[in-house]
Amino acid sequence: MKSFKDTFEKYDWDSLEREIYEVTAVDVQNVLAKEKIDLQDFKTLISPAAKAFIEPMAQRSNQLTRKRFGNTIQMYIPMYLSNECQNICTYCGFSMTNKIRRKTLSDAEILKEVEHIKNLGYDHILLVTGEANKTVGVSYIAHAIELIRDHFSNISIEVQPLDQEDYEILVNAGLYAVLVYQETYHEATYKTHHPKGKKSNFNYRLATPDRLGRAGVHKIGLGALFGLEDWRVDSFYTALHLKYLQKTYWKTKYSISFPRLRPHEGEVAPKVEMTDSDLVQLICAYRLLDEDVELSMSTRENEQFRNNIVPLGITSISAESKTNPGGYSVEPQSLEQFEISDERSTNQIKEMIQSKGYEVVWKDWDKNYSGAF
Amino acid sequence: MIDQLTIADKTFNSRLFTGTGKFNSVQKMKDAILASESELVTVALKRVELENSSDDMLVHLKGDHIHLLPNTSGVRTAKEAVFAAELAREALSTNWVKLEIHPDPKYLLPDPIETLKATEELVKKGFVVMPYIHADPVLCKRLEDVGVQCVMPLGAPIGSNKGIKTLEFLEIIIEQSNVPVIVDAGIGAPSHAAYAMELGADAVLVNTAIAVSQNPVEIGRAFKLAVEAGRMAYMAKLAPIKKGAEASSPLTSFLSEL
Repeated sequence: MKSFKDTFEKYDWDSLEREIYEVTAVDVQNVLAKEKIDLQDFKTLISPAAKAFIEPMAQRSNQLTRKRFGNTIQMYIPMYLSNECQNICTYCGFSMTNKIRRKTLSDAEILKEVEHIKNLGYDHILLVTGEANKTVGVSYIAHAIELIRDHFSNISIEVQPLDQEDYEILVNAGLYAVLVYQETYHEATYKTHHPKGKKSNFNYRLATPDRLGRAGVHKIGLGALFGLEDWRVDSFYTALHLKYLQKTYWKTKYSISFPRLRPHEGEVAPKVEMTDSDLVQLICAYRLLDEDVELSMSTRENEQFRNNIVPLGITSISAESKTNPGGYSVEPQSLEQFEISDERSTNQIKEMIQSKGYEVVWKDWDKNYSGAF
Repeated sequence: MIDQLTIADKTFNSRLFTGTGKFNSVQKMKDAILASESELVTVALKRVELENSSDDMLVHLKGDHIHLLPNTSGVRTAKEAVFAAELAREALSTNWVKLEIHPDPKYLLPDPIETLKATEELVKKGFVVMPYIHADPVLCKRLEDVGVQCVMPLGAPIGSNKGIKTLEFLEIIIEQSNVPVIVDAGIGAPSHAAYAMELGADAVLVNTAIAVSQNPVEIGRAFKLAVEAGRMAYMAKLAPIKKGAEASSPLTSFLSEL
């Protein structure tokens, strides 16, 4: 069966790193003179040499994004269903070895959270769990989707990687999108940060978007967790993954997220720091590579950064997020997966976006379009 | 005299159709559509709150001269499209539907096979079907055969603002069609719209070029004028284009010398 692994193995981390760091200003100018940007050009645009061209890149990213997505920003909100987890991830607050109280929401608790979220105005929701097959396996997730599907137009999940058949069950239940980040494409570093649990299987995770594509999920979200390895090389692999998937599963939409490591319970300092200007450079490079890929911004980033990132290429944004199960109304005091940086209310974010000349979009899908026809 | 356009049971004074997406506010959208004097405005069913009659977008568009045209954007198959059209008929009380089936989310190019299948079924169910399609002359005739009320071939990829890139095929479609031809997608400037109308298109549909411009109201009005000018020129018949230079040494003068 076709898999990204074959494409992945054609590249070598160290050579890529060398190529990216050897890019010159002239190379960047040549790429920026082109109308169509390909993967090789993307490598040039994420190089240290391209940093000097961040303003023209931002201008072009702004124009391309407005042409494709208009003057709009899609709103979404995460809802954590559980913090139970059998994995050890060195950077995560929910890691198995962390002594925190574990919690999985009941039906009544889920509906209580839903009521709170609906009152804030949201219509697109992202359900999040850890990896604990017995408590939050496929049947729990399918049940949660069915429980809330009358309340939301668009339901996404960010949960453990599953088999193709499992995703098919969830699609039938009303699932729209699945976000699954590789964390890092550096296999050795991946193993260091995921020493135990199902997640330690690098190849199973790497093939997850292939299984999603075959299962007919409407949208697949990709990303790398910035801080584990050199963000430039990891981003090249992410873009490579994106391009492979677009060609192979051509009916699927794609989105990219940009999680940067944040302080949390389990403490691991980022190995490679990604600065604000690095992140802006990367967002613009993605937009120049691909006019239609959705780019998403979470509340991991701080107020000032989020205010300024709106016109630079992103297409969806969350606000007022809680990263603990029951965080909105059931158990607001419980421990979060990571600390969010932008704690402003949904209304404040909405006003901020409008002040930038953009309309917030709450609904851009219909629940009748999801699930079995 | 106003040169009206009739499609099915409706007659339009304006040959400019518009859309509702990509505007930076609902008010801006309303103002631009009013300035364009468009009478047929398409709205993605997925953007409408079907169970909420006070949906922001719909409330802003209610007016005597504006007809809402629901579109099926987001569906990937004929089956999904038929389902969406029925939802739209129920929610918006109209049997008109702009049929958009683009399983490819990247360039949003229409699937001709699914579109033909869906059209066939929707026509049987009593819909007025306006299908978004490639500039494919044979597909246009096949759609005509199953009973569409118009065809909507693209000028260039949707949202690209590149203009009339499918010229050769649009000319054939216009020449052969028994139903109105509406050029949809790709029109990025009033000059593109005027050009399509000069070619003999019956109407154009413009969204991105108005919504994303710096001044949607002004651009909306510019498109209105361009569409009118293009139509007027088509009706009045343009002067022929000279093909090449006239030869200085005639080749057939010997005929009169024989």
